[in-house]
Amino acid sequence: MDLNYTPEQEAFRAEVRQFLEDNLPDDIRERVQKRLRPDKAMTERWQKILFEKGWGASTWPTEFGGTGWDPIQQIIFEEECALAGAPRQLDFGLRMVGPVIMTFGNDEQKRRFLPGILSGEDWWCQGYSEPGAGSDLASLRTSAKREGDHYIVNGQKTWTTLGQHADWIFCLVRTSNEGKPQQGISFLLIDMNTPGIDVKPIIMLDGEHEINEVYFDNVKVPAENLIGEENQGWTYAKFLLGHERTGLANVGQWKALMKRLKEVARQEQDGQRPLIENTRFRDRLAQLDAELRALELTVLRVLTDKRGPGPQASILKIRGTEIGQQLFEMLMEAGGQDSVAHIPEALELDYNGPRAGSIDATPSAGDYFNMRKLSIFGGSNEIQRNIIAQLVLGL
Amino acid sequence: MNFDLTEEQQMLNDSLRRFVANEYGFEKRQEIIRSGAGTDKTTWNTFAEMGLLGFTFPEDYDGLGGNAIDTMVVMENFGRGLVVEPYLATVVLAGGLIRDAGNDAQKADILPGIASGERLLALAHYEPGGRYNLSHVQTTARKDGDHFQISGQKTTVLHGGQANQLIVSARTSGGINDESGLSLFLVDIGTKGIQVDDFATHDGHRTAEISFSNVTVSADSLIGTIDKAFPVIERTVDLGIAALCAEAVGAMDAMNAATLEYVKTRKQFGVPIGKFQVLQHRMADMFIQTEQARTMAILAASEADSDDRASRREAISMAKTLVGQAARYVGQEGVQLHGGMGVTDEMFAAHLFKRLTLINLLFGDANHHLAQVSDGLLAKTA
Repeated sequence: MDLNYTPEQEAFRAEVRQFLEDNLPDDIRERVQKRLRPDKAMTERWQKILFEKGWGASTWPTEFGGTGWDPIQQIIFEEECALAGAPRQLDFGLRMVGPVIMTFGNDEQKRRFLPGILSGEDWWCQGYSEPGAGSDLASLRTSAKREGDHYIVNGQKTWTTLGQHADWIFCLVRTSNEGKPQQGISFLLIDMNTPGIDVKPIIMLDGEHEINEVYFDNVKVPAENLIGEENQGWTYAKFLLGHERTGLANVGQWKALMKRLKEVARQEQDGQRPLIENTRFRDRLAQLDAELRALELTVLRVLTDKRGPGPQASILKIRGTEIGQQLFEMLMEAGGQDSVAHIPEALELDYNGPRAGSIDATPSAGDYFNMRKLSIFGGSNEIQRNIIAQLVLGL
Repeated sequence: MNFDLTEEQQMLNDSLRRFVANEYGFEKRQEIIRSGAGTDKTTWNTFAEMGLLGFTFPEDYDGLGGNAIDTMVVMENFGRGLVVEPYLATVVLAGGLIRDAGNDAQKADILPGIASGERLLALAHYEPGGRYNLSHVQTTARKDGDHFQISGQKTTVLHGGQANQLIVSARTSGGINDESGLSLFLVDIGTKGIQVDDFATHDGHRTAEISFSNVTVSADSLIGTIDKAFPVIERTVDLGIAALCAEAVGAMDAMNAATLEYVKTRKQFGVPIGKFQVLQHRMADMFIQTEQARTMAILAASEADSDDRASRREAISMAKTLVGQAARYVGQEGVQLHGGMGVTDEMFAAHLFKRLTLINLLFGDANHHLAQVSDGLLAKTA
């Protein structure tokens, strides 16, 4: 047992840090560190820079163009990226559909889809939830009927994050009504430009357009876009959720945010003293700092476990999202009454107008509202507790 | 970066797990507690034979050269079986202190005796009114020719009533709360002027209140450098905290196992109560808390031997904070999920709860250590 990084791992960290210093564009860094509105072009530009370095997919094996890094290297990379102010890479391709295609797709599908994910040319979104199928995902009703060498898809998906930018959507569709609900589900890749697809924005409580409803009206999808076998989609979906969950701990980003929160607590004034000298605030900061340390080491412990993460990944999702939400809450509280002003135009890089309080106060309440999603998506934290109760505790 | 036990540690873990399961059952434990002796000679001899009592001592002094990770493995298993032997007092605290701060003669005199099981020691440091503050020492040691005269009152001396010798902290200079001016002395329990009041603790261990009235000790009973004992005391207490964290994790594991077993067998409304989602989620939270505590116990053990004070202190206080909170949570929930049975003396869960509760109180509760982390934050940003 040794909680120190090896000299090789430290050297790797230095290499990543140097690369970021040399290659992360200033405007992107500024946008991320000021917590401004995310931007499609920015995400694509950064993915391209990483791709050209050969670091497009830190979690993929080399045979598919990934880095082939071990879990510790992946964590170091993610952490350094977050601390440097790099934008989070898109999970939908890299952590979700990518691994599914690698594991269950055929050679043609791997050849066709993986390079676009790696380079960032193809923007993917996720078609899982439906208005009537949230936590009870297997009750989904969007149907795909086989007609010759095509499927005809009808139905509605919802909560489709960044679907407004997407070139492709990976969908869970119903191909059979026989047997248990889980048995009739298939995993289908659909080109967002296909006629019959309609994307409608859902405006979130912070006033931002991040999620969408996606309607399918007799959408014709080539049968070759089916992953694996028909009616086996539930297996692939669960595999994907396992991958998604380990990413949701999000330790690197939370560490960067904790660092910022400590800086903000020194800058914000509480009467004649800096906020950090307010014991009640600082004690809560200390509690959160300890919990983040525990999360960080628990992630390392789970990911280096030779038995693999398994259902224990649910712990990481629960703790990671709870800690993230508290970080945003404390950032909002650090701003005090300055956090009440809603200035959407100030979330753009070129904004030079008036604002209330410090630059950190501007996005803080909006972020707090937005981040309530963390404990709801990716399988709500209550569903994660069901998973622990059933799969870990055997209840 | 790896979280694997070495092969030797794995073997140690396996043999301790067997010992606790097969030879230290609930009945046996209750019998030892009822005897009032505070320690069971047979069990202690078994520990000596297993090499546990000198595990972390240098090989030159009949030890095995182990570290705080080895102690973690031992204590986690002791927590699982609620072992009440004076391992923390004698081996971790007193043994650790002599190992780290004693001179060659003291090490040669004491460590082999601890390792063989012949000698029991205790650390007499905390004082009334000092709460958890380690520098609060009013007991004085006055130099008198080539002797010292010790006078004062010590509290919460774990297994002090069972010890043959005490390690006593006393002020040789400075004011009541000064970090400088503290010194440590080795004192035989039978020395004239020592009054020991031995008590049972709620969780089956023993504690003592000990007063010293002009107790005369020779100059060579001084451990370490005069006036410079504070860092030694702090370091020793950190070793103790790391050990307690590991013990708490073992007890939480046992609480989760006992509770799980109970909710799977206890039926109400025609079904095992574990079928109720409201209980399932609480069990899931107990499990999450325990895993987080396990991580922090590992962190504490990894840092306990460190000479980097700031880093060690932060890790130890973070660990004791989260482990203390988890111990409270898992303890209370474990009792609650056992229903009425949880508040009876016959249930193991009740005894786990008591130990978990007292572990939070010992060497600083969660609030105390959170304040330490918090003040560290201020120091870092200054």
